[in-house]
Amino acid sequence: MKLTRRYRFCASHRLDVPQLSAEENRRLYGKCNNPYGHGHDYVLDVTVEGPIDETGQVADRVKLDEWVSAKVLQQIDHKNLSNEVIGLKDSVATTENLAKLIGDSLAEDWPLVARLRRVRIMETDRNIFELEMA
Amino acid sequence: MVLTRRAEFSASHVCASPKLSDAENRALYGLAANPNGHGHNYVVEVSIEGKPDAVTGMVFDLRELKEILNAQVIEPMDHRFLNREVPPFDRVVPTTENIAAEIWRRLEPAIARENVRLKNVRLYETADLYVDCEGK
Repeated sequence: MKLTRRYRFCASHRLDVPQLSAEENRRLYGKCNNPYGHGHDYVLDVTVEGPIDETGQVADRVKLDEWVSAKVLQQIDHKNLSNEVIGLKDSVATTENLAKLIGDSLAEDWPLVARLRRVRIMETDRNIFELEMA
Repeated sequence: MVLTRRAEFSASHVCASPKLSDAENRALYGLAANPNGHGHNYVVEVSIEGKPDAVTGMVFDLRELKEILNAQVIEPMDHRFLNREVPPFDRVVPTTENIAAEIWRRLEPAIARENVRLKNVRLYETADLYVDCEGK
């Protein structure tokens, strides 16, 4: 059985890569290349999978919430992803790269019996990114 | 092809195990262990997989699916106190996981037929928490 929990965080970023010229970055990323940055209200869905345990749960919600909070939300909520977040400083803060960072951060020393199955991020209602965990 | 139908029911419950003390239940289930109960607007999404019928063009008759959902899930559970009124939750803790598994048990035999099977039961307890049950 799978259990999915939804979290929210707010962050800013700027999409810009050093390999491209200023003009190429503007053309590629459009408004997302604005030098002052811009932000989103991100929605993060974390899915875990496993059998129902003796408490009737796949995973303890409090433990899951604490882990997501410590490993992800406290690191990125109300931050500038491009300037402040270790793990994104050296790569462009697309939501693809953010999903990879969040998946890797959650998976490292994962404390629950249930398996981490999927990370899904809605950058806006229209742009949604899913990462299936190996 | 997969067909999904959504339905809602509102119900109250208590998450506490008779095998644990009050303090242990509070530590484990938090606010949900309040013995007087609390409630949710549950949303259930039932997904059925099959081949569209050669004549009707449908995977499953939606009117029949609505009737099955009403008879097996909505009528027994809507506006009920699950622990007190809806077996097996007099002895099984009505966590979202266990409610989804019970919905699966009720629907699976009513839906299964040649080339058609119940694929998934997704149960939202709130907008921020849901489980997917595929019968396993």
